[in-house]
Amino acid sequence: MQFHTPDTFEEASRLLAAETGTARVLAGGTDVLVQLRSDIVVPDTLVDIKRIEGVKEIVGENGGWRIGAAVSGAELSEHRQVKAEWPGIVEALDLVGSTQIQGRCTLTGNLCNASPAADSVPAMIAAGATVSITGPNGTREAKVEDIPVSPGKTSLSPGEIVSSVFLPARGANGGDAYLRFIPRTEMDIAVVGASVSMNVEGGKVASARVALGAVAPTALLVEDAAAAIIGTSLDDDAMAKLAAAASAACNPISDKRGTIEFRTRVAGVLARRAAKIAYERATS
Amino acid sequence: MIHVTTSVNGDEMEFVCDPRETLLDALRDRLQLTGAKEGCGTGDCGACSVTKDGRLVCACLVLAAEAEGSEIGTVEGIAEGEDLHVLQQKFLEHAALQCGICTPGILVATKALLEKNPNPTETEVRYWLAGNLCRCTGYDKIIRAVMDAAAEMREAA
Amino acid sequence: MAFDEKKSTFDVIGSRPLRPDGLDKVTGRAKFGADAYAPGMLHAAVVRSPHAHARIVKIDTSKAEAMKGVKAVVTRADFATGLKGENWNILENVMAGEKALYDGHAVAAVAATSALAAKDAMKAIEVTYEVLPHVTDVDEAMKEGAPVIREGAVSPGTPEGMHPNVVGYHESGHGDVDKGFAEADLVIEDTFKTEATHQGYIEPHACLAQMGNDGKGEVWCCTQGHFNVAKVCAHLLGTDASQIRVTASEIGGGFGGKTAVFIEPVALALSKKSNRPVKLVMSRSEVFRATGPTSSTSMDVKIGMKKDGTITAASGVFRLQGGAFPGSPAEFTAMCSFAPYNLENVKQIGWDVMTNRPKQAAYRAPGSPMAAFAVESVIDTLCNELGLDPLEVRLKNCSKTGTRANFGITWDQIGLEETLLQAQAHPHYSAPLGPNQGRGISCGFWFNHGGETAVSLALSEDGTVSVSVGTPDIGGSRASMGMMAAEELGIPYEKVRTTIADTATLGYNEISHGSRVTYASGLATIEAARDTIRKLCKRAAAKWGIDEDAVIWEDGCAKPSGPNAGEFEPMTLQQIARKMGATGGPIVGHYEATPEGAGVSFATHIVDAEVDQETGSTSITRYTVVQDAGKAIHPSYVEGQFQGGAAQGIGWALNEEYIYGEDGRLQNAGFLDYRIPVASDLPMIDCVIVEVPNPGHPYGVRGVGETSICPPLAAIANAVSNAVGIRMKQLPMSPPRILAALDAEGK
Repeated sequence: MQFHTPDTFEEASRLLAAETGTARVLAGGTDVLVQLRSDIVVPDTLVDIKRIEGVKEIVGENGGWRIGAAVSGAELSEHRQVKAEWPGIVEALDLVGSTQIQGRCTLTGNLCNASPAADSVPAMIAAGATVSITGPNGTREAKVEDIPVSPGKTSLSPGEIVSSVFLPARGANGGDAYLRFIPRTEMDIAVVGASVSMNVEGGKVASARVALGAVAPTALLVEDAAAAIIGTSLDDDAMAKLAAAASAACNPISDKRGTIEFRTRVAGVLARRAAKIAYERATS
Repeated sequence: MIHVTTSVNGDEMEFVCDPRETLLDALRDRLQLTGAKEGCGTGDCGACSVTKDGRLVCACLVLAAEAEGSEIGTVEGIAEGEDLHVLQQKFLEHAALQCGICTPGILVATKALLEKNPNPTETEVRYWLAGNLCRCTGYDKIIRAVMDAAAEMREAA
Repeated sequence: MAFDEKKSTFDVIGSRPLRPDGLDKVTGRAKFGADAYAPGMLHAAVVRSPHAHARIVKIDTSKAEAMKGVKAVVTRADFATGLKGENWNILENVMAGEKALYDGHAVAAVAATSALAAKDAMKAIEVTYEVLPHVTDVDEAMKEGAPVIREGAVSPGTPEGMHPNVVGYHESGHGDVDKGFAEADLVIEDTFKTEATHQGYIEPHACLAQMGNDGKGEVWCCTQGHFNVAKVCAHLLGTDASQIRVTASEIGGGFGGKTAVFIEPVALALSKKSNRPVKLVMSRSEVFRATGPTSSTSMDVKIGMKKDGTITAASGVFRLQGGAFPGSPAEFTAMCSFAPYNLENVKQIGWDVMTNRPKQAAYRAPGSPMAAFAVESVIDTLCNELGLDPLEVRLKNCSKTGTRANFGITWDQIGLEETLLQAQAHPHYSAPLGPNQGRGISCGFWFNHGGETAVSLALSEDGTVSVSVGTPDIGGSRASMGMMAAEELGIPYEKVRTTIADTATLGYNEISHGSRVTYASGLATIEAARDTIRKLCKRAAAKWGIDEDAVIWEDGCAKPSGPNAGEFEPMTLQQIARKMGATGGPIVGHYEATPEGAGVSFATHIVDAEVDQETGSTSITRYTVVQDAGKAIHPSYVEGQFQGGAAQGIGWALNEEYIYGEDGRLQNAGFLDYRIPVASDLPMIDCVIVEVPNPGHPYGVRGVGETSICPPLAAIANAVSNAVGIRMKQLPMSPPRILAALDAEGK
């Protein structure tokens, strides 16, 4: 295994593109090292991006926030403004692993690992977040929901690397929330995850996005679920429709973490509970 | 092989390592600092907890090569000379260890907690330590020791 | 004082001094299994079967042997031949012979100059398998047509005509259960299942071994029984037990799982072949796949009760799979099942069944927690149906001193009733419950054990004492031994140092199991101290020129026994020790025996559980342990055992399980998906120490380590069942299972 510490994303991209075998990016390493040590993926080239300038920075941009690819969960949680505007995203990343994992894990890594159960991904999708990508053909922007394509696989081309995540401007009376179900109180992979982001006008939901995790090969943006609550004040009827739409969107598997029936049912429950929290945040 | 220069508990140290080696491997096998333990190798048990540049991390999930230029803190650096840290003393007094294999990681983790939050609630301590598995104690005496140590440190501060 | 005297007032016992190994453990310098290094040391890695059941057609080690840094490769051919019985079973488990019998079964091993080189070489060993049909479920394994794990493993006494996987049978009881059921106002019969769980010690198995072609070996390892390691290694390598010296490292948890031998013979074989010290450390995944989890069970329990709560009859059938070898604790399960109850009519049957899983190992009161789950669930169902208080019913029927046990013995002095009365009086039992909460109680029983024990106690010239024991310290026992020695000798606890002696320096000691250490090594320490006192008194008598019988030991001094013995100034231990070189030489006390008076132990637990009815998620909101300790030597460590057992039981009841796929492979071989409780999962665990002395120990000590895990599965099942209004019959009560149960009942 070759280990590199490039100074720029362009150099990182060249190193990744030049590898004909397996190449991996190292940011927090909380997935890469687990895979390496378990012999699941032993890269031929490993590119540590943490020496690139700006990767640890959180910068305001166009009313939103640009979050460097190596900003850790602990660092994000300590950023008061991001936490105030996007508590759902911050809490979602904060749910990943232990305090120790928080010292290392990143939004970008959580996304590029392409696990359908990644906690921060539904939250970023609900927020309408985008990413910046550096590749052999220059840079490009992409929606978060377009990055994972199947468990463990992304839409990134060889040599492409995500350099930052952009959280858009929150807008007036906005709120988001992410909830996940795990068997214990901590340390598990999500069995179901649900995130809701909304803006409220005059007590009614003006716009909303609902995303689910761990209930399909990739995190899902569920437009029917959002439609169920837009224009409502989350009355019982709207909540029931939201839950039904969330459950209907599920296409899960039964595995060691949960059954199809369980995931489908609990997706609706969590969507409902997350919507309530997001609404409270938007209106408080 | 990669040559690494790093600081461990304030002492400058050097070693060479395979790029696949973890910081935990290097601490134990290259530097003979065996206080950090490998309980799982996948970041699930916290027995290898150390600080890297002030952040609590699992040494099993950091490559040894990443330690270049870093400041690493381990359980061996908690006591000052022959004087135990309040946490260490409280762990002894409260019988907060049975087998003791998780103890180094838990001490490193709780020291990091109390530096960040000198007055944690029981719930905050429990969630902070959720990544430090203990199979012997049921956590009861550990939590009591941490709360007592925090109170004593606040008084002394 | 008379040496057979039972003590009831104490100076040291019952206090809470710091443990002797404490400083090392809070500073990181305590040396555990993987913390030893030797000059020229090699690292080893083990090739393991990916198949649940397969014939090993060929093992090609040539590529591995040609790799840089590789110094030795071993397979079954490198171990002793002609072994019989349990020795053959252990060897077959340590290194597969003709067949791989479970996912994770060791097939070959390699030693190389670095851990990474060993791992790379391990991957280069090519094993050709012929995959065979497999079975992992206990009920499936008993059925006609199930794949046969191995012919000829059946124990004597097993009924004929059973499937060859059924290898053991136990039946006991008394009275006429049919008559008893006929007398009942209500009879409930139910079937229960529990999944296999793992002890989950945080320290993986690790050893450092060295052996030459002279047959002499040295082993450093984390084990509950280093004398047993020496014995087993000698058998498996064809050498003499006395030629293998084993030193027990600090041990990072065992709970029964480190009573078995897995890697030490492999490391020795690699060392012999390479003529270098070899270190072998298991990965966490290897620990789950290839050490000894518990049995999984399938159980039928039937109990009859009168309207007033009197149990008229009870019967149970307990089927346990023990992995690919005989030896599941089916007999213990059957015997423990109804032990808390005084029954006129009772019958219990245990079946030992083999499957394609790793050989089960002891886990804290092996077999008892599962039985309690089934039995105490049925008792609660009866209480609910008949509108009776579950604690009153247990008090009404509980075993007492002098009643006849379900497995035939007459109970000596026991404290079950006291635990029930203290539970009843505890504020927890009458505290109000919140919405979606339920309360459960359960009793539990474990035999406890004595076993072969040797202790040596040596005096230093300065009057301090060194105690050598042969039972690895798995929970603070060095503190307890030091306290008992100090108590007897009348010296401060700080003047005693207790060490775990290696196998070359002390007589044979059985494994630290069966909750035996504080009882048996404690008794031996007390007796070794008394032997020392006799010698001290003899020296004083010689100095005073009086008969040794005229000298007594009191307050740490030799004194004339009365006015007739003469007028002499008492001599302290220090004074006698200072002169011992000139008065007859070193003073060393000994005790070697197989004590058989281990007192049984009972407990009653109370637990509150809250269930989220929309997700099936359970949280434990309050927990109280009430257990008879006989006499608590160091109350903090007794509480620690109570709390640890309860916490492990909570994991077992709610989330922990071995999950096998259709392919017979273990799917959750890591702490991520084998979900042991984390700090935020648990409440504080309240402890009440009951002290009904064990007549078989000078201070009344009963073992405490195992009984604490007997009630939790049942108590939590009762709490959850009461919270949701549905009887939960399968463990773990994971959220999908609870939600499915709610669905099935239309709730």
